[in-house]
Amino acid sequence: MEDDAPVIYGLEFQARALTPQTAETDAIRFLVGTQSLRYDNQIHIIDFDDENNIINKNVLLHQVGEIWHISTSPADKGVLATCYNKTSDTKVMTCAAVWRMPKELESGSHESPDDSSSNTQTLELLCHLDNTAHGNMACVMWEPMGDGKKIISLADNNILMWDLQESSAKAVLSSSAALEGKGQLKFTSGRWSPHHNCTQIATANDTAVRGWDTRSMRQIYCIENAHGQLVRDLDFNPNKQYYLASCGDDCKVKFWDTRNVTEPVKTLEEHSHWVWNVRYNHSHDQLILTGSSDSRVILSNMVSISSEPFGHMVDDDELSDQEDQHQEEKIKEPLQDSVIATYEEHEDSVYAVEWSSADPWLFASLSYDGRLVINRVPRALKYHILL
Amino acid sequence: MAAVTAGSGAGSGAAGSPEAAGGSSGGGGWRRPHGPLQRYYGPATAEAAEAAPDPTDINGPHFDPEAFMTKVRSECPLGQLLAREAALGREIRALDSDMQTLLYENYNKFISATDTIRKMKVDFRHMEAEMDDLAANMAAISASSARVSAALQERHRRGAQLAGTGPGRFTGADQWGVSRGGADAAAELVARAARERVDRYLRALQTFFLGCLGDVRQALAAPRPPGKEGPGLPDLLATLAASVLGQLKAVLAYVQLFTARDVAFASLPYFKGEFCVTAVREGLVVAFVRWLCRTARGFADGPAERGAPAAPPALLLLLARLCLDYENSTISYILTLTDEQFPPQDSGPAVTPGPALCAEARAAAQRLLDHYVQVQGAAVAQMLRKSVETRDWLGTVEPRNVRAVMKRVVEDITAIDVQVGQLFEEGVRRAQSSDSSRRAFSVYSSSRAPGRYAPSYTPSAPMDTHLLSNIQKLFSERIDIFSPVEFNKVSVLTGIIKISLKTLLECVRLRTLGRFGLQQVQVDGHYLQLYLWRFASDERVVQGLLDEVAASAAHRCLDPVPMEHSVVELICERG
Repeated sequence: MEDDAPVIYGLEFQARALTPQTAETDAIRFLVGTQSLRYDNQIHIIDFDDENNIINKNVLLHQVGEIWHISTSPADKGVLATCYNKTSDTKVMTCAAVWRMPKELESGSHESPDDSSSNTQTLELLCHLDNTAHGNMACVMWEPMGDGKKIISLADNNILMWDLQESSAKAVLSSSAALEGKGQLKFTSGRWSPHHNCTQIATANDTAVRGWDTRSMRQIYCIENAHGQLVRDLDFNPNKQYYLASCGDDCKVKFWDTRNVTEPVKTLEEHSHWVWNVRYNHSHDQLILTGSSDSRVILSNMVSISSEPFGHMVDDDELSDQEDQHQEEKIKEPLQDSVIATYEEHEDSVYAVEWSSADPWLFASLSYDGRLVINRVPRALKYHILL
Repeated sequence: MAAVTAGSGAGSGAAGSPEAAGGSSGGGGWRRPHGPLQRYYGPATAEAAEAAPDPTDINGPHFDPEAFMTKVRSECPLGQLLAREAALGREIRALDSDMQTLLYENYNKFISATDTIRKMKVDFRHMEAEMDDLAANMAAISASSARVSAALQERHRRGAQLAGTGPGRFTGADQWGVSRGGADAAAELVARAARERVDRYLRALQTFFLGCLGDVRQALAAPRPPGKEGPGLPDLLATLAASVLGQLKAVLAYVQLFTARDVAFASLPYFKGEFCVTAVREGLVVAFVRWLCRTARGFADGPAERGAPAAPPALLLLLARLCLDYENSTISYILTLTDEQFPPQDSGPAVTPGPALCAEARAAAQRLLDHYVQVQGAAVAQMLRKSVETRDWLGTVEPRNVRAVMKRVVEDITAIDVQVGQLFEEGVRRAQSSDSSRRAFSVYSSSRAPGRYAPSYTPSAPMDTHLLSNIQKLFSERIDIFSPVEFNKVSVLTGIIKISLKTLLECVRLRTLGRFGLQQVQVDGHYLQLYLWRFASDERVVQGLLDEVAASAAHRCLDPVPMEHSVVELICERG
């Protein structure tokens, strides 16, 4: 019996790094990285059993420092990259490294080990991303649907492209670009576009969003003043080439067509504080997930700008009579955008939301107090979209 | 000399011209001028004939040549006779030529007359054709002229009336319209004119309102000479509201002209019912109120970030209060006034109920107030954010005073409090506990926790602090950052403070602090708590947020050793 109730898992520490295990497409798995200054930091591998609605976890030690960002390889289930803080008395440096997890934890298993609470295993360090010359690493992006050999990291105002060689034991800087300008420019986040043969990335710095070509390491477009305040996160529409979403500290989520950067295509203003994350659903790009420091996760339905604006999904009941007519006559009337649901299971700021790479209807959200909540898209909507 | 003339005439007649003699012998017809000619040329001969029948008078009608010749032979000498004959001959010739001339002339005249008549005949044929055309054209023109004048009569009458020539003169218009056979058309024309008028009034009202807003903005933005107070917001609001209301009333009075009792077409059923409701109430009053709400709301919804100058916060506040006043009283006042002057009919078309308009006004007011809170909150938050981001928290020295930015924050919030207080009432605040202002700002939020924490963490109990802080959260009220703002001062201020402190929290969480960094946060937090609690509707809100800031700062600290509380107080008092 499937019910839509959320499932909550609590880490004992603060956490803000969350990622689905990208290469794993059968089992629902998420990785969470902790942020603690006094204890050994950990990576929790969360295995969600959707039939029984239970969570199994495995813990990996990440002793080098608190984790600010975590991402997994799209090709190899056992490989992941983290950005962590190396602290000394006088300085804090955010570094990045590539790791491999133990073999037996790579794939999902629904049986948790008997001595799960004390069974913490260690990560095997594959390589560091050397950033002595560049600055603090903000995030590490893997080439989407690639072979796991190419990664890009953002360090202060630099974009660094790395080649992972010798089965990821060595990272060689293959190309880089730097953002010129006055003042201390710093990238806050970036995203690799799955389109154009994976040759484009978008970065956010201050209030601007910039697009880059990775082959030439040149800027392609720049959305100035994308948000009134800092831009926190970006995501590309998986089905529509030129569309991307951005969210920021002005509490808004904006959708852009990169071919016309003067005006956002749509603006969402549902949150009441900074929006930290925006995520498109991997298959159905009308579903947008956003997490904010107002402790809420909002699932929105942006049909009008999705790849199926006249699709057979209907939001308002009034339109259901016209449904068949719409399909047959192809009347150019996009359907209504709306907020599907607001999830309020968190009591602290939500810093990360991610869709599962195995089940397109399931997502996880992480708040600062270490609470991981797994939720689903409401069933009625799911059937609407499918049918 | 009549005698000579008579003699010469006789002479010529007797011996002058042989043919004359022959003629004279032939018949007396030539010698005696005939009827019409005689009548024309010689009225004197008639007189002469009546004078004396003298046979010797050459010019007389009873002229006898034998008698004349006898008389002349016997009386005159030869020489005289010869002279007489010559003279007579001359006269005869002269007369002859005269007569010929006369004849010639007469003939000429006759010929030219004939020509003329012939010509006239031809010309008249043309003219006849043209006259026919002219007649047809004239007929057409007169027909159109009749139509135009019929149509214009109505307008002219109405125009003259509206220009104030007095309605009384045109009381006959109705009958005239009827008599013209276009009663419905006439009514339709009037109705259309009335609607157009009402539309124009509506647009004029809108322009007026925008003008007033421009004045308000200017007044707010005008640079003030130092020492002089700027225009008070209540004054600006009062002026704005009064002008708009006054203008609306004036417009209603103008529109009344259409429905005044002594106006003839006011009795048309259109004006009695539909005009009042559709055009005036709905089309003018309701439409204006709706437009006003929309326009006010536009200041909050409008695209303010992309370089366009945003509305000053004072304006947002002013408009929020205006909309609120409209919802509270003005709308019902206006609607009542409208209904009095333009009584609606029971069976008329649907009207917008007053409460619906009030709801719109309230929604606009709410949106404006929310936006005000957002804007002001963002301004204060930006200060806090910059202060946290730019400071070196690891290497900072032991805190000696409160950071300047905190003092500025308190000043700004005080100023906002004053500004909001000008337009909104105070609101209800939760009763403070007696030691509220002296509440210890503890890094560990000890006020609610079951026990006092040990100042240092022990590795053997890694879960305690986290567990305890979670338990804490269960007991404390969850602070909702954006509960809807209510229309009173403390609610607005609380909203602004919540945004600012939440930002402070988020920024602190992104940094790593050293021991002294934590202590500085401690000092700043205490200072904020000392001065901000009185602005909030519930001091626990401020307390709770600052507690979270402290807790997060402690978590982010490499060496969490808090400062002694007495020292903290000392520093704050000094600052």
